[in-house]
Formats: sequence, structure tokens, C-alpha cells
Amino acid sequence: MNSGPVMRLLAIACCIAGLAACAYNKGTVVLLPDKEGRQTSVVVNQRDEEVVLDQPYAASRQTIFGQEKYTSSPQEVEAVFGKALGAQPGLPARYTLYFVEGKNEFTDESKLVVDNVLREIARRPEVDVVVIGHADAVGSNEDNDKLSRERAEVVGTALIGLGVPAKNIVTIGRGKREPIVPTPDGVAEPRNRRVEIIVR
Amino acid sequence: MATLLPAALALSAEVGRIKVSTGEVSVERNGQSLPGAVGTRLEAADILKTGADGTVGMTMSDDSLISMGPNTILSLDRYDFDPVTNDGRFDAQLKKGSLAVITGRIAKKTPEAMSVRTPSAILGVRGTQFVVSANE
Repeated sequence: MNSGPVMRLLAIACCIAGLAACAYNKGTVVLLPDKEGRQTSVVVNQRDEEVVLDQPYAASRQTIFGQEKYTSSPQEVEAVFGKALGAQPGLPARYTLYFVEGKNEFTDESKLVVDNVLREIARRPEVDVVVIGHADAVGSNEDNDKLSRERAEVVGTALIGLGVPAKNIVTIGRGKREPIVPTPDGVAEPRNRRVEIIVR
Repeated sequence: MATLLPAALALSAEVGRIKVSTGEVSVERNGQSLPGAVGTRLEAADILKTGADGTVGMTMSDDSLISMGPNTILSLDRYDFDPVTNDGRFDAQLKKGSLAVITGRIAKKTPEAMSVRTPSAILGVRGTQFVVSANE
């Protein structure tokens, strides 16, 4: 972009001359399509030049003279990054269990989900499991932090009882910070009284 | 506060875990080189290296997925993550080679909180899936 044709020729001549230090391409960044269709972007800064990548396959190539924005392709990504992408671990699997109001007790439907969780745990190599408790907006922050942590611990203990090694489980209580259904403070909402299980 | 303790201890130094490892993979920690086998627990400031036939993939504690192609060096310069609030900071440095990233909870909560540096560029990462290469 900021390199004139003369400079560019010079760079090419330089590389033909076999000077390793003159490698024209310093690096590439490609934004990939988000598998879940979420908003996605990466901002690439080279020296003082900024390029925003916010479309699938939008790409930046950093050269010795600056940055070039271009559109990459699945073919180029496969050629350059196929091996790195091939080593990507599977996306974490997520499950949600719901609780009876104010108690550490699953709803009946949620008991069935546990079977699926155990199957997924058995399927993954070197599995680790994160159990995250959530509360609805009834009660103080402090009470909900405690309740959500206790809910996570109930699930964690149940998983240990079902044969998942304790060292592979982490339990966390996020209180009322992450409702599925946003409500005003003080509103009871069964869908927010839940425990997420992330199997990764 | 006493009930916080076990969870905090369980989280202690582990920031991620190797889930995929093929060929030559090593982890440099405090000047020592450890084999980067599947199951290896990663810590902040670890440097991961792959050989000519190596690839490695890891899950971070915020659910980010990081994977590296052959002849790659990646330094986990800074990694802080509070799983209760999802606040944190993740700065990685790709010294050479190829890298694939799917961002996790840190970038979702705070879009300025994740960066990847290469010898030629700095990436501000708002999400979610991208690849980066760095040539020598």
C-alpha cells in the first residue's frame, strides 16, 4: 500500500539475490468464518498502520514495506494453516442442568442430561470438566455467589460419584452475573437457576 | 471465604492443557524443556515449540482453543483469568510458524483483553476464529 513500484522491484531483486534477511513476506493473518455465526474481528497493526479484518477470509499480509489487505480463500488457509488447524482440539461441549427454586436439587428433566454429559466425558481424551453454577436475581450478590457455588459443587460431587476423577473437575459459582433470561433484580426466573457443564 | 479455597487451589497455576500432540513438541518452563505430551498442564510464561513434524493443540481455562503447526514457537507471555467474573488478560507471542485460534471467555467479556504479537505485527483480537503466521 505504502510501497511504490520501485521499492517493490527492489525487494523482489533483493530476494532473487538470495538475501535471507530480505524475505518479502513477514507474516499473514486471516479471519475465519465463525462456526456459530457470531460477530468476529481482528485488528492488525504493523508499525503505525492498522487493518481491520471483519469479514470471513479478510486477510492481512505483512511485507517488509507494510501491510496489504486482501481476501484469502479456504484453499490458501488449508495450504498454510492446515496442520495448525488439524491440531485444534474439539470445541467444548456444553450442557445445562436446571434447579428447583432456592434448592440444590435438579429438575427431573435435567437428570436425563447427565447421561449425555457422561457419554461426552468418556469420549474425550484427557478430558477436563468445568462446572459453573448460576443463580437467578432473587437475593443478595453474596447469597447468590454462595448458592451458585454450592450448586456447582453438588454437580461436581455427583460427577465424581459417577466415576469422573476429581482432579479433572473444576467448580465455579458465577452468582447472578450471567442470566440466560435478563430480569430486574429480585425476580425469580427458573431458567437462570442452572448449572453449566463444559466438557473439553 | 473458607469454601473458596478448594476451587482456588484447584485452579492454581494451570492455565491450559495440551489435548492434541503429534511429532516433536516441547514446553519450556523456567529454562527447562519438558515433553509436550497430551495431558501436559500449561502455566503462564510457558513457551511451546514444535519441530518439523510437530503439531500441538491446547484448551485454555477460559475455553480458548490454541493450536500450532510445525516449526512454530509460541510464548504464553501473560495469562490471567478470573472464572467468576470472566475478567482477564491473554497476551501471546508467535515468534515463528503458524497458529490457529478460537477465542474464549476473556475476549468475549472484554474485547481488548486478548492480543497476539508476531515479529511484524500486533493483533487486537475481538474474536473469534483466525489464523496467524510469522516468517523468519
